[in-house]
Amino acid sequence: MLEILNWIAALLALGTSIGLLLSRDWRWGLAILAAQYLSMFWLVNYHWPASMAAVKLVTGWMVCAALGATLRGSTQPPTSGTAWPEGRLFRLLASGLVALATFALAQRAATWLSIDLAVAWGSLLLVGMGLLHLGVTAQPLRVILGLLTLLAGFEILYATVESSVLVAALLSIINLCLALAGAYLLDAPTLEESA
Amino acid sequence: MSAALIWIFLPFGLALILGPLRNERLTAGLASGASFILALTAWLLPLDTAIRAGTFSLKIASSLEILGRYLILNSADRPLLTLIYATTCFWFTAAAAIKMAQRLIPLGLGITALLVASLAVEPFLYAALLIEMAVLLAVPLLSPPDHAPARGLFRFLIFQTLAMPFILFSGWLLTGIEANPGDLALVMQAAVLLGLGFTFLLAIFPFNTWIPLLTEEAPPYSAGFILWTFPTTALLFALGFLDRYSWLRTAPQLPNILIIAGLLMVLSGGLLAAFQRHLGRLLGYAVIVEGGFSLLALSLSGTTGLNLFFLLLIPRVFSLGIWSFSISILKEHSPSLRFSEVKGLMRTLPFAAAGALLAHMSLAGVPLLAGFPIRQALWEGLARQSFGVAFGVLIGSLGLLIGLIRSLAVLCMVPESRRWEARESWPERIFLTLGALALIILGLFPQWATPLLVRLPSVFEHLGQ
Repeated sequence: MLEILNWIAALLALGTSIGLLLSRDWRWGLAILAAQYLSMFWLVNYHWPASMAAVKLVTGWMVCAALGATLRGSTQPPTSGTAWPEGRLFRLLASGLVALATFALAQRAATWLSIDLAVAWGSLLLVGMGLLHLGVTAQPLRVILGLLTLLAGFEILYATVESSVLVAALLSIINLCLALAGAYLLDAPTLEESA
Repeated sequence: MSAALIWIFLPFGLALILGPLRNERLTAGLASGASFILALTAWLLPLDTAIRAGTFSLKIASSLEILGRYLILNSADRPLLTLIYATTCFWFTAAAAIKMAQRLIPLGLGITALLVASLAVEPFLYAALLIEMAVLLAVPLLSPPDHAPARGLFRFLIFQTLAMPFILFSGWLLTGIEANPGDLALVMQAAVLLGLGFTFLLAIFPFNTWIPLLTEEAPPYSAGFILWTFPTTALLFALGFLDRYSWLRTAPQLPNILIIAGLLMVLSGGLLAAFQRHLGRLLGYAVIVEGGFSLLALSLSGTTGLNLFFLLLIPRVFSLGIWSFSISILKEHSPSLRFSEVKGLMRTLPFAAAGALLAHMSLAGVPLLAGFPIRQALWEGLARQSFGVAFGVLIGSLGLLIGLIRSLAVLCMVPESRRWEARESWPERIFLTLGALALIILGLFPQWATPLLVRLPSVFEHLGQ
C-alpha cells in the first residue's frame, strides 16, 4: 500500500514539476509549488517520522507564502520569457525527456541506495526538472522556482541517508532564505536606496 | 564562554544590530573596531586555558554543542581567525570612504560569521550548508535596490547552490569509506561527487563564467569582497577535506588534477583578460587567475605548496581591495567601466586610476609589487616539476599583463590640453595612497607578512607537517 502511495506522490511530483515549467501565471506557479511540497512530504515520510517530514511541508508552504506575499504587493508582476506555442511545446518535450532519463537513472540509484524506486524517481525527477527550469529561464521568479525544485529533489534523496535534526533545520533555513532572496530580487527593481 | 560565541555569534549579532543603522561612519567605525578586536583576541587569547587577572578567571572553551553537533574553534585555528577578521577589518574600514558601509558591513559581517562557522562545524560536511546560507545572504549585497538583478548574480546563486548537494552526498559516501577503506568503487564515486562539488564551489573552469559577469554588473566593491571571502573559504574547506582523508591526500592523481584545474584557470583567465574592454571584467578574470594560482600552489609537494598557498593570500586581499575600491570610484564618475567610457580618467581621477593599475600590476606579478615574490617562488616550484606547466602559467600571466597595458593606455588616452585635477575625496585619496604603499612595501619586504602567516599551515594537522 505504501509503495502505491509513493508512486502516487512521484506522479504528483511529475505533474507539478511539468506544471511549474508550463505555468504562466505566478498564482498558478505558487499553487503548483505548494502541491509539489505535498508530494515531497510524502516521499520524505517514507524514511523519516511524520513529524520531521512535516517540517519540509511547512517550510515549503512558508516559502510559497513569502513569494506570494511579495508578488501580490509587487507593482511589476513577473512576465514569461517565451511565447505560446513554441515555448510550451519545447518545454513539454524536454520534460518528457527528463522524466524518461531520470526514470532510467532512478533504477540504478534505487539499487545503490537500497531505497524504493518511486522515492528515487521522485527525487531525481525533481532535480532534473529543477535543472531544466534553470536552463530555460533567466527570470528571477523562475530561477528561484527552479532552485527550490532542485533542492526539493535533493532533500528527498538526502533524507534517505541522513536523518539529523540539525541538517533538517539547516535545509529548512536555506529554503526560507532562498525564498527571501527571491522576494528581494523580485522587489529590488522597485526599491529605492535609503538615504 | 566558548570560542564560537566570540568569533561566530558575536559578529553575527553585531551584524543584526548594524543593519538598521543609517550612519555610514558609525557603522564602519563599529564594524572595523569589532573586527580588529576579534582579530586581536584571536591572536592573543589562548583557548581552553584559564586566564587569570587577580580574582577574575576566564576560560574560553573551544567547543560549543548545538543539537548534537559541534562548533569547534581550537588553538590551532587562531591564526586563521586572525587572518579572517584582520582582512574583514581592512574591507570595512575602506567601505565608509566610498559610502558602501551601510550596504556592505551588516551583510558582510553576517557572511563572515557564517563562513567562520562553516570552518568550525563538526561534522565538517555541514559546512556546505553554512556556505550556502552565506551565498544567500550575499544576494542583496550584489544586487543593489533600484536595479534589476543581472545574469552574473543568478549564475553565482545557481552554481554555488549546485555545489551543496554534491558535497553533502560525497560526505555521506566518505563516512562509508572510513568504515570500509578497501571499497574502490565507493572511493571513485565519492571522488567524482567531491570533484563536482568543488568545481562548482571553487568556480573552476568552465563553471566560472559568473565571476566576470558579477564584476561587470554588481557594485565593484561588494563584488571584490565576495570574490575574496567565498573562494578563500572554499579553498580552506577543500584543504580541510584533504587534511582529513589520507586516501584523498595521498592519491597519486591529486597533484595532476590540481595542476590541470589550476592551469586551465590561469590560462583561460589570463588569455580572456587580454581581450577585455571593461575594467570590471578585467578584475573578474584576475580573480580567476588567482584561483588557478592557489590550486597550482597546492599541487606542489611537501609543505612548500601549503606555505605558498597562504603567502598568496595577503597580496591578494590588498590587491583585490584596492582594485575594487578604485574602480568603484571610477564607476561613480563615469557611466560605466567600459574602455570607451573611462578614457582619460587618469587626468581627473589620478588616485583611483593609479590604484586600479597598481593593484592590477600586483596581481599580474609585476616586480617590486606585493604579488611578485610569491609568484616568483611559485613559478620556480612549478618549473622544477614541469617546464610545460610553468610556461602555461607564464602565458596566462602575460594575458593579464596585456590587459593591464590596455587599461593603462585607455586611462591615459586624453588630449594634452586637459589639465590635471583630483576629484577623489580626501578619505579616498588617503586610503588609496596607503593601499599603494602597502603593495609596494609588501613587494620590497615580503617577509613582513610572515609573522601573520607562519602559523597558518599548522591549522591543518596533516598537510602542515
